[in-house]
Amino acid sequence: MSADSSGNIPFMQRLLDSPFVLLALGVLVPTVIYTVWGVVEALSIPMAP
Amino acid sequence: MANFRTCPDTGFKIDLQADKLIKWNAVTAVVFLLVGGLFGLLVALTRWPAVHLLDADLFYLALTAHGLDVLLVWIIFFEMALLYFTSAILLNSRLAMPKVGWLGYVLMLVGALITNVAVLQGNSTVMFTSYVPLQAEPHFYLGIILFAVGALLGCAVFFGTLYIAKKERTYEGSIPLVTFGAMTAAIIAVFTIATGAVILIPTMLWSMDIGLIDRVDGLVYRIVWWGMGHSSQQINVAAQIACWYAIAAILFGAKPLSEKVSRTAFLMYILFLQLASAHHLLVDPGLSSEYKIFNTSYALYLAVLGSMIHGLTVPGAIEAAQRKKGFNNGLFEWLAKAPWGNPVFSGMALSVVLFGFLGGITGVIMGTEQLNIIMHNTMYVPGHFHGTVVVGTTLAFMAISYWIVPTLWQKEMVMPGLAKWQPYLFGLGMGAAAIFMMGAGTLGVPRRHWDIAFADSAIGHVFPEAANLMMGLAGVSAVVGSLGALIFILNMVGTILWGKAKVPAPASAEPTPAETPSAATSYGGAGTMAVPGTFVLAMVFLTTFVLYYFVNWKYLAGVWGLS
Repeated sequence: MSADSSGNIPFMQRLLDSPFVLLALGVLVPTVIYTVWGVVEALSIPMAP
Repeated sequence: MANFRTCPDTGFKIDLQADKLIKWNAVTAVVFLLVGGLFGLLVALTRWPAVHLLDADLFYLALTAHGLDVLLVWIIFFEMALLYFTSAILLNSRLAMPKVGWLGYVLMLVGALITNVAVLQGNSTVMFTSYVPLQAEPHFYLGIILFAVGALLGCAVFFGTLYIAKKERTYEGSIPLVTFGAMTAAIIAVFTIATGAVILIPTMLWSMDIGLIDRVDGLVYRIVWWGMGHSSQQINVAAQIACWYAIAAILFGAKPLSEKVSRTAFLMYILFLQLASAHHLLVDPGLSSEYKIFNTSYALYLAVLGSMIHGLTVPGAIEAAQRKKGFNNGLFEWLAKAPWGNPVFSGMALSVVLFGFLGGITGVIMGTEQLNIIMHNTMYVPGHFHGTVVVGTTLAFMAISYWIVPTLWQKEMVMPGLAKWQPYLFGLGMGAAAIFMMGAGTLGVPRRHWDIAFADSAIGHVFPEAANLMMGLAGVSAVVGSLGALIFILNMVGTILWGKAKVPAPASAEPTPAETPSAATSYGGAGTMAVPGTFVLAMVFLTTFVLYYFVNWKYLAGVWGLS
């Protein structure tokens, strides 16, 4: 882990050092972009009469 | 209270519970590789037109079992072993919740056995994908669900160990890159398993026919199932790259060119790699082009960028370490002087090259909506994923096994001579099988089909003679690759059961707890970008990538006679 001259740890460093935040992002992003978006599109198709 | 032992080879402090869990998961993985590999050989011998071994019913049964046992069971058991190794051992920590780890192992084993029994009973021949409205017996789905819950518990143990290690300050600064790669695999695994539960539980209830669920929508099933089915293979990609970094560190003391860049590349995987699942849906009506293209191109390309970074930095790290040792002549002395007779290295090197050229490039081609149409559901698809899962992941796992098994068991390898040849036999055999499958797919041969001669069909189709040749060569190559797999399994099982115990070095000659493992257990980069040989190799790769991409556009243009 490295900090800048003022002792602050950069945002990316903090993000990459946070497994549970990464876990949340790694589940949320594909769930929204892939699963939810796809299922909404599929369910929006009108049923054949 | 955790108990530890110290590894005489590496100086690692090893939690005994982690030790046992790694061993049991790894051994179970290898057993299922044998089972799944045998089913795969039967499939290959049936699709080889001149042999055509099995009848149709047995062929589809074997194909179902092959997919499940190698794509899920072998791989995920081995990944559990890697998760425990990269957390407890590399972080010098006790393992969190070992009883949960054992419960996870038992659930995975019971689940795998139940699903295998369901398939062998003959009423669950629904392929790995089990697309509805094909219906398997309820215990087919139950077994996969139990297996997935067990794997989820393994991930919980991994994250718990990360938490404990940080809290108890068992390591300095950030976690090492190898552990970060394993964490990436574990994160993708959580998404994969959760998605699998969302679709397989209702599908199981539907198969039970108890009135709770009357039907499962085919398109919704495919969308959600592939969130599990393809993402499970992205766990592999992250885990295999963690193995590449581990092997580079162990054999050469190599540190990544830039740890920050490599970690950012893994972040690209965490955020975007799972979106590749959408390439299975590229010819499905009902989904918009915006959905398809955003998932398989715009967002996924960020993950592809991550792969190219790893493809550059793994050999780059090795080159930097080799040059530091004095292998500075010309562009490639560092590579020529690498230990090509050591299966740990040769397996990893072949895995990097074959995964990049065969699995990686073709994955991007198939992820392009326009190009996908010319190879969708053809033999090109299994060609692609044998280029990723087999010569990429499986070969990387074999390579690291040549280090892990003698180290953890403290045994000498039983067949060291054959071990030297094994990665070449397996890698080149299965690599050739993948190429020939892709060749057949380019000629239109369908995937999964029992008989491309359509002998019993009302309407026949005659493929070009070259297609039969490709399928025959794929069969021959698969036999060669299977021989390589068999040698690996015999070597591993033989070493564990009958290998001679390693003789401890005399105290005076004992190495200091090595510098090499410390490259795998600590954070930090090589601090140099002076790797000219690697950049030349990267340019060869990029040129191939571009040329192959345009060849496929040309091929697409030939399909549609617009001029």
